[in-house]
Amino acid sequence: MSIQTWTYIIVGITFSVYIGIAIWSRVQSTKEFYVAGGGVGAWANGMATAADWMSAASFISMAGIISFAGYDGAVYLMGWTGGYVLLALLLAPYLRKFGKFTVPDFIGERYYSNNARLVAVFCALLVSFTYVAGQMRGVGIVFSRFLEVDINTGVVIGMLIVLFYAVLGGMKGITYTQVAQYCVLIFAFMVPAIFISIQMTGNPIPQFGFGSQLSDGSSMYLLDKLDNLNVELGFNEYTENTKPLIDIFAITFALMVGTAGLPHVIVRFFTVKRVSDARKSAGIALLLIAILYTTAPAVAAFARTNLLETISNKSYSDIPQWFKKWENTGLIKFEDLNNDGMIGYSNNHSNELYVDRDIMVLANPEIANLPNWVVALVAAGGLAAALSTAAGLLLVISASVSHDLIKRVIYPEITDKGELIAARISAFFAVCIAGYFGINPPGFVAAVVALAFGLAAASFFPAIVMGIFYKKMNREGAIAGMLAGIGLMLFYMLKFKFDFFGGGDVEDYWFGISPEGFGAVAMLLNFIVSFLVMNFTSPTPENIKDIVDNIRTPEYE
Amino acid sequence: MKSKNNLKSYWETNIKYVIVLLLFWFTFSFLFGIILKDFLNEFSFAGFKLGFWFAQQGSIYVFVLLIFIYVRLMNNLDKKYGYKK
Repeated sequence: MSIQTWTYIIVGITFSVYIGIAIWSRVQSTKEFYVAGGGVGAWANGMATAADWMSAASFISMAGIISFAGYDGAVYLMGWTGGYVLLALLLAPYLRKFGKFTVPDFIGERYYSNNARLVAVFCALLVSFTYVAGQMRGVGIVFSRFLEVDINTGVVIGMLIVLFYAVLGGMKGITYTQVAQYCVLIFAFMVPAIFISIQMTGNPIPQFGFGSQLSDGSSMYLLDKLDNLNVELGFNEYTENTKPLIDIFAITFALMVGTAGLPHVIVRFFTVKRVSDARKSAGIALLLIAILYTTAPAVAAFARTNLLETISNKSYSDIPQWFKKWENTGLIKFEDLNNDGMIGYSNNHSNELYVDRDIMVLANPEIANLPNWVVALVAAGGLAAALSTAAGLLLVISASVSHDLIKRVIYPEITDKGELIAARISAFFAVCIAGYFGINPPGFVAAVVALAFGLAAASFFPAIVMGIFYKKMNREGAIAGMLAGIGLMLFYMLKFKFDFFGGGDVEDYWFGISPEGFGAVAMLLNFIVSFLVMNFTSPTPENIKDIVDNIRTPEYE
Repeated sequence: MKSKNNLKSYWETNIKYVIVLLLFWFTFSFLFGIILKDFLNEFSFAGFKLGFWFAQQGSIYVFVLLIFIYVRLMNNLDKKYGYKK
């Protein structure tokens, strides 16, 4: 069967499963809609969190990025996993004990202020919309590449599916579809990785194959070979850094803290039964995420070696079939600058080859000559990754509007039924806006994803951590800290990404830290401003200190 | 709720666990994977340069381990203070 037929079959089956789950998990109350009734088991929540977290970027782009960045790719690997340690130790159990519906809920109650809540709502919406636009685009791209439909048609199909289970089933529908989506995406990622690991090194476990000797008879270590190939072409050694280490440090830190502060990840921990389940499901989530995250750097190294060996300095007329197929999509471009018929790939102006980083995962099965059903599986996996993350984000957006704005600020008398209708309507509009950005992607999406992490790091993380661990932190301190953190982050981003305030180049970076890593600095400023302002304003009321005591103790089981 | 003293010692033990585990968290990622990377890359480990391995593999395994250790410690602590049977 052709790749297309296989893709229709596999994507069709997975989509029917998602729709079936949506119909089974219709909800009747806001508690079910926002937090799946608070009765999700630790394993189910762990799987759902893993799918929620691993987006189109993790599935499609990350291995490719690492492939080109070498050692520097570690910022994503450590940054997007290490945050779970912070979540499990500093946030998840306490927020579960607090037991409300949203992150702005916590900020608003702990800092006894609707202004604090509104600042939090603003951040939650900004972070989530930034993110969701990218996911919808991802859905469209996967559809267009594998099923050869228009990108926009793909976005609309994705919107309809998400709309169906997010509006009908709320968090409950989203949770159980995410469980299914985790299974699809991890299977789809691992199968090609294992095949390629066996082909290249004879070792079926990619994590070990990555450090093994090549099975091409040279008995050279894969990574030594890769270092050599890279150096020959004028790139840095694969295992050495290109960015300065201080920047690597800052980016890793910002991504970790940002991960722990992302509202769509945090709310997943409101859905479990008990405090102990919140801790356990954070562990399970990271274990399940680590399966993909420790495989991705192996895939990156295999793919780069494969690419350099099969393409670089080869004659264009002898090039394998897949190269020409992906040339049609524009993801690979070859321009014979010196007219010698050879593909010259190098790190200078004589480079004749452009390779899009996404191709490292999308074309991997074809490069390695794997059967057609594996290629189709990768399409279904990419869709699962994008849809699961989009759904989680849409729920945060709808809850921020219907719960934090309408119920808590604008119209507190609203009935539970009325709030549920409001939640569904806001979910509907959120999907439409996300779809609009998916079809008309603003040019700044890539630039603002770093901003999403930076903002979460600079606003939510300090406010929540101090709210739990530092009773003395008061309303004025927290609000001033969040505003200072967000303000500095926005300023730095606008200056260096959008050329505002005089712009600037790499040499002008403060402390040598790029905008991607600047969330770490903005977070520090949040802490400092909070402490200063706290010392000059009225202390935390006693009843709030009692709430904090209550958050710190688990329930009796 | 039990007495204030009880809560205080439960919380202090929790904080102790968190601090120790976060020291490991920092050591295996930022220290071994980034700050000491150049030095550790002089050593080889199962076909990897050691610093590179910590940055792209080892740190992640340690993260998973740390969370499960914390789960274990806290479950025992919860039992000791009667929050959990």
